[in-house]
Amino acid sequence: MKASDRKTEKPLASRAVQVTFLVALVVLWYLATTRWRVSPLLLPNPVLVWDNFWDIIRTGEFLSDLRVTLTELAIAFAISSTSGVIVGYLISRTQYRIRVFEPLFSAIYSVPIILFLPLYVLFFGLGPASKIALGATISFFPIALSTIAGFGYVDKVLVTAARSMGASDYQLFRYVLMPAALPIILTGMRMGFTVALLSIIGSETIASLAGLGHRIVHLAEGMEMARMFAYIVFVVFIAATLNMLVSALETRGKRHG
Amino acid sequence: MISTTTRIRQALRRPWIARIGVIVLLFCFWEIAARWWIDPMFLSPPSRVFMSLQQVFDTRGVPAALRITFWELAVAFVLSVVIGLVIGLAVGLQPFARRSFMPIILLLYGTPQVTILPLFILYFGIGPASKIAFGVSHGFFPIIVTVVAGVQNVKPILLTSARSMGASRWQMLRHVIFPHMIPSFFAGMRLGMTGVLLGVLLAELYVSTAGIGYFTTLFTQNFDPTRLLGLVAVLAAMAIVLNEVVRRAEVHFGRWHTD
Repeated sequence: MKASDRKTEKPLASRAVQVTFLVALVVLWYLATTRWRVSPLLLPNPVLVWDNFWDIIRTGEFLSDLRVTLTELAIAFAISSTSGVIVGYLISRTQYRIRVFEPLFSAIYSVPIILFLPLYVLFFGLGPASKIALGATISFFPIALSTIAGFGYVDKVLVTAARSMGASDYQLFRYVLMPAALPIILTGMRMGFTVALLSIIGSETIASLAGLGHRIVHLAEGMEMARMFAYIVFVVFIAATLNMLVSALETRGKRHG
Repeated sequence: MISTTTRIRQALRRPWIARIGVIVLLFCFWEIAARWWIDPMFLSPPSRVFMSLQQVFDTRGVPAALRITFWELAVAFVLSVVIGLVIGLAVGLQPFARRSFMPIILLLYGTPQVTILPLFILYFGIGPASKIAFGVSHGFFPIIVTVVAGVQNVKPILLTSARSMGASRWQMLRHVIFPHMIPSFFAGMRLGMTGVLLGVLLAELYVSTAGIGYFTTLFTQNFDPTRLLGLVAVLAAMAIVLNEVVRRAEVHFGRWHTD
């Protein structure tokens, strides 16, 4: 509602509400652990969590787990984006193929693929391979679907016009198809990246030997609550940073495409 | 006289027949690979999986685990819709509340909740409660977001005219806001169902001492791909049916707006 935004309410007031809300949350958390005697096994003291968080950062003990998770993510995303774009492009070449494969892909995409994790563990073991395979599978579908949408629905008039002006196959691809499809493909890649990150951390949580998800579960089982909360904060921070980075790359790519 | 090859070629011109053909080909490939190339410890042919579905249901505890999972999905979905609708309306109807709380809601929506999965188990135990709670935590954010978007789609002039004709708050909600929200609300329910499925199944797989997670772990450790594939297939079918119900509802109720 654009009209209401023009009303005189100052953005400062809503900022104040946001800050108050977050501060109140932390204060409640602090009071719950100090005054109201909530068991430290359920909710550790926020000060202790903060100390642990700095300890993790300072000692750099997060590095090995972070490396495992990021390597899995990078390989999975590399596989899914190359295969997704290639398969999507090949399908998008004729209307017939689009009508055969697009409903098939979107049907599979609507099934929660995390369900197949036990199969992946059976095939690829508990190591990084099963996480890479699962992450690649899950992120393949949004990327392939958006590539099909990007290349498949380029305005026919543009293609005909370029052809009639004597554009070669390469010129058609470089100057007509690519600029039209790129924004949609980049959106698909961002979505693919987000679900890949989510499914990799998720599968590390469920069955793994290393990685950030594994570390959190390990600490939960050892009842080291403060350290576990610190790691949760760390992972949320990493995920937010990665997502922001990818969104920024997406906007940049769209502007230059 | 039309030969068989031309008849096949004509049939293949219809996309849905070709689509079924692709699926059948994939299953044939799987069947052949599982029968002759791949170690039976890791993969079973689909024919054997299908034939031994009964065996999966005969495994002690599996039917109960599947039934509980279904109830968890249903309860988590209903709770997500109710909570999402209430918070969505509360936040969406007040421009000030929307501008204050939407950034916080979007921030929470964007964080990967799987990182706090162990906490859910710790707080709610390994029973259905933790799975329902985790499913709700995935399901209600998309519903809030779409409800807020739906409320914003109501033209301000309609609200002003309804108010000037003396409509009460409830009447405005019932006759102006709600009908305009319906299409986006059902779109939100579909996204909510996707979230609930993800959340409940993640939690089910994570807890390996009871429920579905126990059996998937058991079948994996026993190298029993036949029963594992059977169980996963039953769960996938459950997910597909639930998705389809919500999607049909979306198509049905999303239509009147464009009429």
